[in-house]
Amino acid sequence: MTPSTIELTTSAEDRRIAGLAAAAIGLTLAEAAIPLPIPGIKPGLANIVTLLVLYRYGWRTAAWVAGLRIVAGALALGQFLTPAFVLSLAGGVMSLAVLAAAIHLPARWFGPVGLSLLAAFAHIGAQLWLVDIWLLPGASILGLLPLFLGAAWLTGLGNGLATAYLLNKPSSTEPAS
Amino acid sequence: MILSALHPGDWLIAGAGLLAVIGLGLQQADSLEGQVVIRQNGQIFQTASLRLNRVIEVAGPLGISRVEINAGRVRVAADPSPRQLCVRQGWIPAGGAAVCLPNRISVENAAAGYDTLNY
Repeated sequence: MTPSTIELTTSAEDRRIAGLAAAAIGLTLAEAAIPLPIPGIKPGLANIVTLLVLYRYGWRTAAWVAGLRIVAGALALGQFLTPAFVLSLAGGVMSLAVLAAAIHLPARWFGPVGLSLLAAFAHIGAQLWLVDIWLLPGASILGLLPLFLGAAWLTGLGNGLATAYLLNKPSSTEPAS
Repeated sequence: MILSALHPGDWLIAGAGLLAVIGLGLQQADSLEGQVVIRQNGQIFQTASLRLNRVIEVAGPLGISRVEINAGRVRVAADPSPRQLCVRQGWIPAGGAAVCLPNRISVENAAAGYDTLNY
């Protein structure tokens, strides 16, 4: 019996997406090791990668990288198909949707920091909405809003500044496109 | 130097976001924290904030009960019930309640009401 061979032909874009997604997954895993006082609040460092990819390669690649990161990150953390995964997915989908619109804002007026903030608010907004209608129906989410929106503001700002820094830095590892 | 990365629109988004967060926080400090629920004959007579010092008079079958709110605390200051149980209870702790049964009045300090988050 001859062993069957499966040929996977990969394009340069496939390899690029895989590499970038690996970086995002690495950040997700590293972040999961940081103890945080309140469940649901974390820096979301992987979003730096999403934003960078959005600026460098466009929305389609960014969506691939974010989607792979969410699924593979959840698999690695043992959260696949748990509520945590669904929340992560909802936040990812909503922030990607907002970014798809926000990237068309005039670049002269809106940079990575603004986009990062918008994405962070969309992310936590979708998650709290899902928690409200699905996980904790009846509980008042309103009392949590200032805390979570404040955290989103801080992390959005931090990630945006990090993205702006990385975008301005001439890249040495990636080939000039 | 790092702030030069922010475009005018970014400042706008950051400012609007911060304002929304602070506004929500202030609104909640008023609305969710420190509610006093006064019931007369099982019906909600008044829901009051703990932040405003005042005396609320509630009429029951025996007469008028006076609920005093002072410095974020609440108690039944006067009540016509014979044994004065709810008055002698003093300041009502957060999450606690005083019940003046003969006069059919209850005062609940709902500052820390139980919900799914407490559990």
